[in-house]
Amino acid sequence: MDLSESPETQAFRTEVAEFVAAQLPPDIRAKVLGFLRIERQDYVRWQRILNARGWGAPSWPREHGGTGWDARQRTLFEEECFVAGAPRQMPFGLSMVGPVLQAFGSEEQQNRFLPRILTMEDWWCQGYSEPGAGSDLASLTTRAERRDDVYIVNGQKTWTSFAHWANWIFCLVRTRPCGKPQEGISFLLIDMTSPGVRVKPIRTLDEGADVNEVFLDDVAVPVANLVGEENRGWTIAKFLLGHERTTIAGIGACKRLLVQLKQLARNEPKRGRPLIEDPRFRDRIVKAEIDIRAHEWSLMRATSLEQAGKSIGAEASILKIRGSEIQQELAQLLMECAGPYAIPYLPEALSAEFGGETAGGRGLNALAALYLDLRKVSIYGGTNEVQKNLIARALLGSQS
Amino acid sequence: MNFSYSEEQQMLAETVTRWLAAGTTKQRGFSPERWGELADLGLLGLNVGEEHGGLGGTPVETLIVMQEFGRALFAQPFVSTAVFAAALLGNTGSTAQRKELLPRIVDGSLRVAVATLEPGARFDLADISTKAAKRDHSYVLNGRKAVVLHGDSAHVLIVCARTSGGQHDQDGLTLFLVDATAAAVTVRGFPTLDGQRAAEISLTDVEVPLDCVLGEIGLGYVPLEWAVDRGIAALCAEAVGAMEKLMELTAEHLRTRKQFGQPIGRFQALQHRLADMQIAVEQARSMALQAAALIDHPQRNERRKALSAAKAMIGRSGQFVGQQAVQLHGGMGMTAELAVGNYFKRLMCIDMTWGNTDHHVELYGDLL
Repeated sequence: MDLSESPETQAFRTEVAEFVAAQLPPDIRAKVLGFLRIERQDYVRWQRILNARGWGAPSWPREHGGTGWDARQRTLFEEECFVAGAPRQMPFGLSMVGPVLQAFGSEEQQNRFLPRILTMEDWWCQGYSEPGAGSDLASLTTRAERRDDVYIVNGQKTWTSFAHWANWIFCLVRTRPCGKPQEGISFLLIDMTSPGVRVKPIRTLDEGADVNEVFLDDVAVPVANLVGEENRGWTIAKFLLGHERTTIAGIGACKRLLVQLKQLARNEPKRGRPLIEDPRFRDRIVKAEIDIRAHEWSLMRATSLEQAGKSIGAEASILKIRGSEIQQELAQLLMECAGPYAIPYLPEALSAEFGGETAGGRGLNALAALYLDLRKVSIYGGTNEVQKNLIARALLGSQS
Repeated sequence: MNFSYSEEQQMLAETVTRWLAAGTTKQRGFSPERWGELADLGLLGLNVGEEHGGLGGTPVETLIVMQEFGRALFAQPFVSTAVFAAALLGNTGSTAQRKELLPRIVDGSLRVAVATLEPGARFDLADISTKAAKRDHSYVLNGRKAVVLHGDSAHVLIVCARTSGGQHDQDGLTLFLVDATAAAVTVRGFPTLDGQRAAEISLTDVEVPLDCVLGEIGLGYVPLEWAVDRGIAALCAEAVGAMEKLMELTAEHLRTRKQFGQPIGRFQALQHRLADMQIAVEQARSMALQAAALIDHPQRNERRKALSAAKAMIGRSGQFVGQQAVQLHGGMGMTAELAVGNYFKRLMCIDMTWGNTDHHVELYGDLL
């Protein structure tokens, strides 16, 4: 056991921090740290800056244009980028369909799609959940019927993040209606510009619309867009869920929110003193900070297991639960920093272009929206309750 | 960073586990036989440098040993003597003090108790009203010391007394090595919840020679706080071991106890409670490791934050895991028959030693 950080690791951290400080466009940084809306072009711009440096795909192997970094380097990279105010790298291409194509895709599929993920010429979205298939994903009913060299796809996907910005969607579809639900599923790549694809935004609690319903009506998809074997898509779905499980911890987000919270609590007054000096509020900040310290070390333990080539199971579920709960607690504290100014809310003021007036400070306007938005993190990626089922199963055995 | 045991560390853990498993003495309080065996194994010298016959181990070795002690519910004055006193003497003691006392800690002939906190001072290390008055060639101590763990089986007490300043000042505190058997020292021992012993101690005109001053006059707070942090790190590791064991006992109970015709582990309400316990244990484990990693941090504030964070988290996790383990064992969890209750009580006592969760959240807040 060696509990010290190596000089190489420290040097790596510095290298990343210096790069981000120098290269992150100030307008993007201001949006991120001001909790303002980040536009499609902002994500693309930052991705291209990273890619030009060779850091476009932190988790990919070098042969596909990735960095070849190990789990610890990836974590540090994510953390440094987040804390410096960089937007997150969109996971749908880089962490989801990209690794799937590398593991299951044909050479032709790899050559066609992987480079365009690095440059974000393609914006991918994830067609997994359906109105009747949430936690019970294997019960999905979107059908794909083979007709000569195309599949005809009919069905509906939902909670599809950024489908309105995407030109490609990867979908789990049912290619065999009978037998065990898991055994008739295939993994299809669908061009969003195909006739029959319709995207309908879902208005969320913060009055934004990052998620969508995606309707698929007689969409013709070339058979060449099938990834892996027909009816073996569940294997791919499980691979995708098990891939890069340490990123689920959201450590970068936790740390950034904590920095923002402390800063805001120093600026907002209570009885003429900074809010951070109020013993009640301070204790809650301290508890959140302590939670993050523990979470960070749990993540380091998990990455060290991954580096040793061991797979992580219940550990990843714990990381998911803690990461989401901590983010939610921080968002609540941030919102409470605003006090009564959490009440007035102008959704349009989340746009950087907004030139009008808000009731309180511009930063305060966004805090309730953030609080509401982050309620999603304990729901997506496998609800926290499903994660607890998995933890219990690891402790009690599968017969329970 | 690497979290797996080296070959030597693995051997250390196995040696300790085997020794703990072989010992069947369930007696409460101090056990001279077990203490002698600890000395034979070399474990009493874990925090003593090689020049004084110790092993000169790192905080990781202490963590490994304490975790095993926690699993086995091993209750002996190890932390007071072999962690706190050994480290404090090694760090702050004069050459003569180190030469005389450290080898005796290693060979098991000297036990030291930590007599610093006072009635009414709760966990505040600086809230000291015990007075030390200078005479020609000695100091004379008067005051009371509260809940001195293993105070009634110790040969020497490390006493914190005020040589100057007001009751809550960090300045003006001095550490003394006091003969626990001296007539002017009244030691009233009591059993503790967790099968150990603690003493209420009165010092009435206790004369302490100058060569028994530990460290600098008036500057005792800094080394005291440093040594307490080492004790805290050890307790955190012990708590993790105890929680680990509670998890195993509870999971086993959920697998085997049947109600409504099935193992109760099939019920999701209980599964989620167990999962919550596991989450708490893993947070605690991360914090015990962090405490061991940062205990030697050169900046005091960084060390203090890590140790207070660890103790705050472990107090909370320990209470939670203990409470849930009792709950999941149902009526049996309430009985003195099962080990579950003993682990629960040990975790309670760990929370109440050297500052509970609230205390350390407050200390952390001062450094925010």
